[in-house]
Amino acid sequence: MRHLLDTRGLSRAQALRILDVAEDMADTQSREVKKLPTLRGKTVVNLFFEDSTRTRISFEAAAKRLSADVINFAAKGSSVSKGESLKDTAQTLEAMGADAVVVRHSASGAPRTLATSGWISAGVVNAGDGTHEHPTQALLDAFTIRKRRFGADSRSRGLDGVRVVIVGDVLHSRVARSNLWLLSTLGAEVTLVTPPTLIPQDVRAWPARVLYDLDEALAEGPEAVMMLRIQLERMNAAFFPSEREYSRRWGLDSARVEMLPGDSLVMHPGPMNRGLEISADAADSPRSTVLEQVANGVSVRMAVLYLLLTGERMDDEMGEKR
Amino acid sequence: MSEALIFRGARLLGGDGADILVRDGVIAEIGSHLSSAGARVVDADGLVALPGLVDLHTHLREPGYEASETVLTGTRAAAAGGFTAVFAMPNTSPVADSAGVVEQELALGEAAGYATVQPIGAVTVGQKGERLAELGAMASSRAKVRVFSDDGFCVWDPLIMRRALEYVKAFGGVVAQHAQDPRLTEGAQMNEGAVSAELGLTGWPAVAEESIIARDVLLAEHVGSRLHVCHLSTAGSVDLIRWAKKRGIAVTAEVTPHHLLLTDELVRGYDARFKVNPPLRREEDVLAVREGLADGTIDIVATDHAPHPRESKACEWPAAANGMVGLESALRVVHEAMVETGLLEWTDVARVLSAAPARIGSLAGHGTPLAVGQPAELTLYDAEARGTFTEADLRGRSVNSPYVGRALPGQVRWTVHRGYATLADGALVEEPGA
Repeated sequence: MRHLLDTRGLSRAQALRILDVAEDMADTQSREVKKLPTLRGKTVVNLFFEDSTRTRISFEAAAKRLSADVINFAAKGSSVSKGESLKDTAQTLEAMGADAVVVRHSASGAPRTLATSGWISAGVVNAGDGTHEHPTQALLDAFTIRKRRFGADSRSRGLDGVRVVIVGDVLHSRVARSNLWLLSTLGAEVTLVTPPTLIPQDVRAWPARVLYDLDEALAEGPEAVMMLRIQLERMNAAFFPSEREYSRRWGLDSARVEMLPGDSLVMHPGPMNRGLEISADAADSPRSTVLEQVANGVSVRMAVLYLLLTGERMDDEMGEKR
Repeated sequence: MSEALIFRGARLLGGDGADILVRDGVIAEIGSHLSSAGARVVDADGLVALPGLVDLHTHLREPGYEASETVLTGTRAAAAGGFTAVFAMPNTSPVADSAGVVEQELALGEAAGYATVQPIGAVTVGQKGERLAELGAMASSRAKVRVFSDDGFCVWDPLIMRRALEYVKAFGGVVAQHAQDPRLTEGAQMNEGAVSAELGLTGWPAVAEESIIARDVLLAEHVGSRLHVCHLSTAGSVDLIRWAKKRGIAVTAEVTPHHLLLTDELVRGYDARFKVNPPLRREEDVLAVREGLADGTIDIVATDHAPHPRESKACEWPAAANGMVGLESALRVVHEAMVETGLLEWTDVARVLSAAPARIGSLAGHGTPLAVGQPAELTLYDAEARGTFTEADLRGRSVNSPYVGRALPGQVRWTVHRGYATLADGALVEEPGA
């Protein structure tokens, strides 16, 4: 695996390989000494053009537990007109000898531009780009669903027939897009539940069903319900009339949680707006996987960095899809 | 003092081969076995002879943005593409919204010598859309402006648009509208559709163009004036223009070469060379604009040549500038999209790339048929050639072409402007006419 830019381009075999390596990584994390020597001498740069403490520390923990050297680079100003350009930054990192660059950017496509421009030879991991994709988030979500369903017997399994409902602002959500592609590649059946204003205008090609009615989706008893964060700035753009109305129609409150079968999972990529898209008791209930998602995030990111930085093994096995 | 040129064996638009003699700025003779006494003989065997091409929509960037293009470099690009006249859009710095600036633009064109530069005046002061610029002063100036446009911005206020349409009737002008509803396209990055949904880029919906066109044709009808629609890009826009023309409304429309050939699928790699406004649309839109051009609904092809420095494209997609250079590639792209597909004959190409734009822009001395006594503005094109388009084919100051690396048919071999060659056997002439 040369880069991880999206889940759209991952084959089922590639996705399962990452998830299985993440299982190995998770096993090492229950040991007393969590640190592995695998990436000693390698340099991982966390290049964050957008603030995201959670994602950055998750990647940082992942890299450090594999003994890589980590440089955190918080860059401000993304365009040519304001300060340092993506190109200049990339060339600086190249000159410093970065082996992998984990990039978070407010512009959709920035990681691909970085990976394909020839400015840099390092592998690129997309840590969230604009409203495009957030592949490691989807991988940790899939890992979490698989772990809950199959436990120690998770390795090499897909999510065939698992019904996942993703609820909220799909239009602006990179998490939704990455989950859509990955979950369907793994065989899951995806339903998107959104206000009609918060789904792209043409999603006929997406491997998902779209509903506007959350109760209708929950009545089917899905195996997992994934709530998306509502960005409060969307309020000003008139995507929906008020917080209260949004919460009533598309929020996961206690009454709705009670409709779900006992083993249905409630997921959220965080940070949560408690009381808006998810009620406190839904977030804190035993069916909630919110904290497991955080823990699994480190294992999944260890797997991605490992596969990216330990040569072409994965490509040799499965062929580069891109 | 121009030299005499004789093009031997050129293919006229009827399909016949003939010799064309150019002397003293006019086409002196057309026939077979013309005497070459005193003339430079050019072997033009089989080259398609077209009237010099006229671009109604060019951004020359001077004054103000000379890092991207100048009048000299832009008209050199024009000559390389077979153009003998270009209409210069007013979004310079300062904006061409006064007699002084349009006269400066005209003078720069005359000094360059590669093509006629006909300035377009801004509709509103500073292209801000708030109050009319001194359209009459520009019309009466030495630049004789007849086309007015706020291109880059839409004249969005319906009352300002109405007044502009009414006012230009006083001097036979036309308002060329950049049809884009600003509210519906806030932050827009690419065509809104299946591809934008996947890429997570803010969509530029077709309706933002179509709703303005619908309003403007009705305004033009109401006040009895003439409207020109710039760079029409959607199937719905073609339908609206077709409807308006059928109704007798005085509307003309243009399409760019890139909207005739390229689709939004090209955005998938986030390569900002493909970022343009209006954006590349869907396959069905491309087919619809081709059909509209073939049946005369769309009157002309205009390049929207929009040079940008490399750093404006070598960046993440949302930070990149909109626009593509197009003068050098336009004829070859029209050849591929319209002639190779059987939708247009070379006679039609002469109409949509020369006669009709000159007529819409009220530009004398251009777009006339190749006939004895007519001004010597012509282009000789090798329709049998085929080659990969490279940066070496670009003769302006900027290289933001979407065609670099792509195979295109044809090659422009000769461009003759005011009786002298500006492009000779594929090479730009230095100090043409000197």
